[in-house]
Formats: sequence, structure tokens, C-alpha cells
Amino acid sequence: MGWLTTALILLPLGGALLVWLFPWDAFTAGSIALLVALAEVGVWIESVVRFNFSQGGLQLDQQTSWFSDLNVSYHVGMYGFSLWLVGLTVVVQAAAIAYAFWSGRTGARAYFGLMLLLTAAIVGVFTAQDLLLFYVFWEAMLLPLYVLIGVWGGPGRLGATIKFVIYTMAGSLLMLASIIVLGLSQGTFDLTATWQSSSDWLFLGFVAAFAVKAPLFPLHAWLPDAYRESPPEVAGVLSGVVSKAAIYGFIRIAITKFPEPTKDFRTVILVLAAVGLVYGSLLAFRAPDVRGVIAYSSLAQIGLITFGVFAVNDLGLNGAVLQMVNHGLISASLFLLAGGIERRAATGEFSRLGGFARGRPLLATVLMTAGIIALAVPGSSAFAGEFEILAGVFSRGWGYAVVGAAGMVLAAMYSLRLISAVLHRKPGPSVAPEALDLRPAELGAIVPLLACLLALSVWPAAITERSFAHDRARTDVNTQFEAAK
Amino acid sequence: MIPQPHVDWFALAPELMLLGATGFALLGAVLLPRANRRDFGALAAGIGFAGAFVYAIVIYVHTPEVQSVIADSVRRDRFGALAQVIIAGAGLLTVGVSYARRMRDEHIAEYYALLAAAGAGMCFLVTANNLMTLFLGLEWFSISLYILCAIDRELEGSLEAGLKYLIIGGVGSAILLFGSALVYGATGKLAFNQISAAIDAQHLTGDALLVTGLAMIIVGLGFKASAAPFHMWTPDVYEGAPTPVTGFMAAATKTAALVLTLRVLRTAFPQEAHLWTIALAAIACTSLAVGNLAALVQQSVKRMLAYSSISQAGFMLIPIASNNAIGARALLYYLIPYSAMSVGAFAVIAARERELSAPVTLDNLAGMGWERPLLGISMGMFMFGFAGLPPTGGFVGKFYAFSAAYQHGWTWLVIVGVVATAVSLYYYLAVVRAMYMRPASELQLTPTPVAGGSPPRDTLLQGSVLLALTVTVGSFIAVQPLIHIAKLAASSLPF
Repeated sequence: MGWLTTALILLPLGGALLVWLFPWDAFTAGSIALLVALAEVGVWIESVVRFNFSQGGLQLDQQTSWFSDLNVSYHVGMYGFSLWLVGLTVVVQAAAIAYAFWSGRTGARAYFGLMLLLTAAIVGVFTAQDLLLFYVFWEAMLLPLYVLIGVWGGPGRLGATIKFVIYTMAGSLLMLASIIVLGLSQGTFDLTATWQSSSDWLFLGFVAAFAVKAPLFPLHAWLPDAYRESPPEVAGVLSGVVSKAAIYGFIRIAITKFPEPTKDFRTVILVLAAVGLVYGSLLAFRAPDVRGVIAYSSLAQIGLITFGVFAVNDLGLNGAVLQMVNHGLISASLFLLAGGIERRAATGEFSRLGGFARGRPLLATVLMTAGIIALAVPGSSAFAGEFEILAGVFSRGWGYAVVGAAGMVLAAMYSLRLISAVLHRKPGPSVAPEALDLRPAELGAIVPLLACLLALSVWPAAITERSFAHDRARTDVNTQFEAAK
Repeated sequence: MIPQPHVDWFALAPELMLLGATGFALLGAVLLPRANRRDFGALAAGIGFAGAFVYAIVIYVHTPEVQSVIADSVRRDRFGALAQVIIAGAGLLTVGVSYARRMRDEHIAEYYALLAAAGAGMCFLVTANNLMTLFLGLEWFSISLYILCAIDRELEGSLEAGLKYLIIGGVGSAILLFGSALVYGATGKLAFNQISAAIDAQHLTGDALLVTGLAMIIVGLGFKASAAPFHMWTPDVYEGAPTPVTGFMAAATKTAALVLTLRVLRTAFPQEAHLWTIALAAIACTSLAVGNLAALVQQSVKRMLAYSSISQAGFMLIPIASNNAIGARALLYYLIPYSAMSVGAFAVIAARERELSAPVTLDNLAGMGWERPLLGISMGMFMFGFAGLPPTGGFVGKFYAFSAAYQHGWTWLVIVGVVATAVSLYYYLAVVRAMYMRPASELQLTPTPVAGGSPPRDTLLQGSVLLALTVTVGSFIAVQPLIHIAKLAASSLPF
């Protein structure tokens, strides 16, 4: 059944080629892209059905040799938690493509082809079980993002892309050096092989790439520019999905393959995450515009998720996976909403916004729902995720849990500020009375994301109990992976 | 009376094919009316390169064992044959790129004749097995290139480029010749394998005369490969020469020079490996530093690519310096996408030059990606390939080069290469940025109106670019067969 995973990668790739190679008009190109994205969701659902959660371990895998003299192979497959991240990817991408289709991007063929290519690359990152293949998908993720931001972005896009590319490439080239050394010294690039390394330098090479992409404080300087200048749906993908690829890297490679360095550097990373959490939350609270709030809140949330990951215990990891999916859905829907607001008011600045709720009940309801889940109100899936993360990191030191709890309070502050600055108060100078409520197409893109969040709120155990092998050990995640083999 | 050696004509088939093409093109230049010379010359050179390509493949297939032919002066082996395939392929693409060039008909047949002659010299050079044939091959293609650089007298800088290349190339050749003489003086032998045997037999390891000669040979080859600090001619010559010639020089000259460097060092001086590996690593680092830093500030795209080719020479010296089987494999593999990307990138520039009738700078690439989708996407892929990003063969090539350095135990060289790659991204992506992210309205220059409104379709040029794109991306997917071919070729050398 490994073809399912391969299909998840090849379907959007084929869709991209289909869109590029024939002279479709903008409408047809968009329709094809949307159909492919929806079919991709269908393939993913089929994989969930075929996935045996009680068995755990790597499933739906497929392996073919790529170049044999260095033992590099095309090896893809999914663990429980990668399955959920792939699900997040395909759902958010479908919503983003639908939103872009509706908002009518110029150069439609190029645009939708790149979006589909991006889908394939992200799914590839989440499923690759070979280090070099992982790296290839990792870089393949960067190229479409670079063009998408650089061509369809805002006025400051050129500076934003340069920063974004230089930062991420500096990190990922260090990872490439680590991969070469690791692969050649182990004699294989296969991730499922039972090797582990105790080299601090190699560990740091990987961490550099992941920490930039996530981003972890203090490597986040590219983030505000990239999130502000991207088209809204690309910003949603960037903060919702691409940042999760970095966290996935932490779980799948950094922790699993480097147990000793993880132990050595755990405190450093946890402290950086704590700083990022508080710092990001404060900046989000003070940000002057909608996108600023979402961007910096992403930095904060990544800090929180990193808490869960580097707690390296069951609670933390389960919570982290749930929170990755939550945050992906939340920030994607918030960015799409930000796009809608900017479209109506031609600005995202709070000083020129306000009073959107009056006469626009749909926008108010949707933004309210997303905002309330973002601040992790009890009963929401975000609450479940953050609770597990805090419980997990508590065992590493109560101080972290205190910082995390403070972060949750700050989250309430910036989320409520966002809601009230946009929806309530007197109508701002840029809010015309005749500005429309959310259109059905916008609802069609955003509501499914919120529906997923609500479903997870009802049943968070869908993810937390189905991410790692069922018979999990109580210790480190690496033993779980290897026991599952 | 000097005994006449047995000549294996088949081993010389690619060279003979190209020399035949040269002869035909020159006959055309004299006998045909002016209007037909362009077509005839292009056809002759095209057939010559295609024939050389096929013959080189046949030689590769039929030479599982290394053969020393023509009194030990030439090696017939898969190593040389693969290099000939790459050179002939680059030549074939160059013919396609050159065809629609707006050069006056006066010397157009000679242009193709010289192109074929240069190709023949390179094909001969990569099979050279003694110091005499080495020098012969080197001068053979160099003299052809000197004239090719200067052939377009109407082009600003073309004559200057030719003169500069002639003088500095002459210095390089002189140094190489002097080095050869010193090596001959020290060992009394000319053939590479006999030099190695003589070093063993006479315990010459570390001998001052020998080491000086070796150093001078490396310097001479460094001039041809345009590795820093022997690169000063490169930017001016690459900028001044007709663009298709620049592409051919970047691809084929580097292939010939680097492949020969590996052969001569590996077969003639294996005992001195502890010296030349360090020397080459130092040259590689210098090239990476100089090429990358200088490329960052260039406005002219040709000049930028000239500096980039210096840094690429640095990258390809890494596997040679690693002195192991995987390094030889890495070099031969990397040369395949590298040649395609070089010819392709300069072909796109040539197309833009024709459109604008002006030198191509980053500024006047604005909007090109949207106007010319095939050229734009291809150029983007070539830049990604030079930068070592997937999905291009450049990625796998760099990966193998770094692997070779690691296997040699030089992790620091891997780090240097990685840092250089990070720097290079800035200027490679600048091209993509210029083509796609700036609107054409920023363009100060309007494309010169030609009769009919738009420039004529250059079917051959576009075909060449498409072929180069196919090789660039295809070499990423078909790594296994290409690496296998490179592996068999590398096994011709004593590792």
C-alpha cells in the first residue's frame, strides 16, 4: 500500500505539470488546481482509513534505490504523527488554493502550479525516510515559496524574500553538511535504519536548519517581513504548515537520532523556546497590524510547541503534535481572514480599522471563533494541546510550565486585542460602511479549517492517542520508534 | 630512420570527425557564395560534433580495458571517452546557439570551422598520455579559441578579449611547457605512467626539480580551468567574447582542463599526492572565495557568470583534490549537468542580447521570465543548478563533491564548500529575481523593433536550451545510470 504515500507526493506534482504545460485560462487553471487539492485530501483520507493505528511504526512505506553506491534511496512512509501533519498540509493547501482561486491571482498558471508543487514538497518532507530525500524535499519547499512571495507579495517583497532565503539556506546548508557526514559515516542515509549518533556538531547542524525554519528565537528576523509581504494564503501556509516541517524535523531526526546531544542541549533549547514564547507574545500584543499579531503569535506558539517536543516525554510529544495541527489550522484561517480584512479596508493597521462587526455577522462570527480557539479557551482543541504540553514540560522543571502558563495568559491578551481592534470600537477611517461581509467563497475556504478545529475540540484524542506507537514506552521517543520497527 | 608507430585510427575518430568538419567548413568559406556559408558551416560543424558524440560513445562502449595507443602517446579509455562525450555534446549545443547569431556573413564559415577545431583539440587533450600530446592538445584548442574570441570585430570588446586571452593564455602555456621540461629533466620520461614509474625507480619523491615542474604544470592547467589565482583573464574574456563562444568556453574548456588535471596528477604523480592534494584544495578555496565575492557585485550578467564559473572551477577542484575514486566519479558526473547549464545559461543571454541589441545586465532582464516562458524557466533552473539546489543535477554533483572531500577526511573543505554555496545563492537568485519579480515596465531599454514587431523565433537556440534543461533536470532523476557510467570511466584511472 506504499503507493498511497507516493500518490500523495506525485498527485500534486502531476497537477503542477498539468497546469504548467497547457495554455489554460485562469479559471480552468484554478479549477484544476482546486480539484487536485481536493483529490489530495481524498487520498489522505484513504490513507487514514488504511492506516493501522494499533500497530504503530512506519506504515504505507515504499522503497526504491535512487543511487546505490552511496546507499541513497527513495524511501517514503508515514508514522502516526506524520499522517496527521500530512493531513494538516493537504487541508490547509486546499483552503489556500481555494482562497487564491477566489481572489484571482494574476499569472494563474504559474501561481497554481507553484502552489501544487509546494504541496508535493511539504508532503515529501513529512514522509521522506531517507536523509538525502528529506533534504531534497526540504529545499524543494523553499523554491516555490521564494517565487510565490517574490512575485505575488506586497511592496516590500524583494527584501523579504532575500532575507527569507538567506536565513533558511544558511541553516539548511549546515544540515546538508551534517547529512553528508552522517550518511557516509553510517554507510546509509536511511532514517529507519537503527543508527544513532552522539556527535554534538552534527546535531547542531540539523538544529540550525530546523531552528531557522521554525523559527526559534533568536533566528526569527526573517519572519515578520516574510509574513507581512506574502499573499495572505501563502503566509497562512508558511506559518501554518512550513513551520511544522521544522518541528517535524526536531521530532523525526534531532531527538530520534541524537538522544545524547538532545539531552545535552535540551536546557538551551527549552530556554530559547521560553524566551521566544514570552517575547513573541509581547510583540504580538504590541503589533500595530493584523498580520503582525498573527506573525508574532506564531513565534510564540512555536516556542510552546518546542516545549512539548523537547520535554521528550509522552505527554509533551502528544501535546506538541496536537498543537502543531491546531496552530496550523488556526494561523491559516487567521491569515485568510487577515487577507479578507485587508481586501475590504486596504490596510491591516489597527489604527485605521475597527467596527467590522456591525452589519457583518459572518466575518464577526468566524473571526471570533478562530480567535477564541487561538487563545486556548478551555474546551477547545488548543487548550487540550497546550495543557498536555505544559503537563509534559512540567516534568523537566516547573519553571518552564510557569512560563508556558504565562504564555497562555498573554495569548488571551493578544487574541482579544486582535478581535476587539478589528471587530469592535467605532468604525475606523478605512472601514467603509458598504464593505461587504464574508463572501460564500471565503467562507468555503475558511469554515472547513474551523470545522476541523471544532471536531478536534470534541475529540482531541483522535490525534493524541494515534500519533505514536500504541504500546509506547514511558521514556524517550527514540525507543518508541525503534521498538516499533 | 624513426620507426612508424601503429596508429589506432578508431581511438582518434572523434578528433578526426571534427577535423573533417573543420576542413569542410573552410572549403565552404572559400567555394560557396556568401549567402550559403552560414548554413553550410553550421551543418558541417553540427555533423562534426554529432559524429564525435556518437564515436565517443562507441569508444566508451568498446573500451572496457585501458589501451595505450600510438606509441603510448594517447590513452584510449572510458575516462577520456566520457569527457569527449561531454565536450562534443557542449559543442553540438553551441552550434545550435550560434546559428541565429547576428554576425556578418563574412567570416561565419570560419567561425564554425574554428569551433569544430577547438572541439577537436579538447577531445585530443583529454586522451593525452604524455607531456608532448598534452601541450599539443592544449595549444590546439587554445589557438582556436583565441581567434574565436576576437572573431566578431564589430562587437565591442571582442578584439580586446581575444588579445587578452592570447597574452595571458600564452603565459599559462609557457609555464606549463616549462614545467613539463623540468619534469622531463628530472625523470627523463614523457609518458605519464613512465614518469610515475621513474619516480619510483629513481626515488625522486620530493625532488626539487620534479616538484617545481609539477607545481608549474598545475599552474598552467589552472590558467585553462580559470581557477583563482590564475583567473584574471576570465571576466574580461567571457564578457567580450561572442556569447555562444563564452558558453562553449565555460563548458568545454573547463571539462577538458579539469579532466586532464585529474588524469595527469593521478597517473604521472601519484607519489606526490600529499603535495598536490593540498595545493589543489588551496586553489579550490581561493577560487571559491574570489569567484563568489566578486560575482556578488556584478551588474553585467555575463561578467557575473564569468565569476561564477571561477567559483564552479573551485567546486570541481574539490573532488580532484580529494584524490579518491568517489572524487573522480563526482567530477565526471558534475561535468555533465555543469556543461549543460553553462551552455544553456549563455544561450539565454545570447537570446536576450539579440532581443535588446545591448549587453545584458541584471536590470534589463526585468520581466523576461514572463515574456519568454521557456527561456525564463530554463534560466531559472540553470541558476538553481549552479547554486546546487534540487531538482537539478547540480545538487547531486555538489553532494558527491562534498562526499568525496569528506571521504578524504577533509570535513573543513566540506564546510568551505557549504559556506561558498550559501554566498553564491545571493547572486544566482538575483537573476531569478530580475527575470520574474521586477515588472518589465522597470526596463529602461525597449527591445529594438525588428520588421514584423518581435524578434524572429530562434528554433535552434530554443531547442538547444530545451535540451540543456532536459540534461540539467534529467541528471537529477537519472543519477544511478549516470553515476554508473562515471564510475566505469573513473575506473580507467589507477585508484
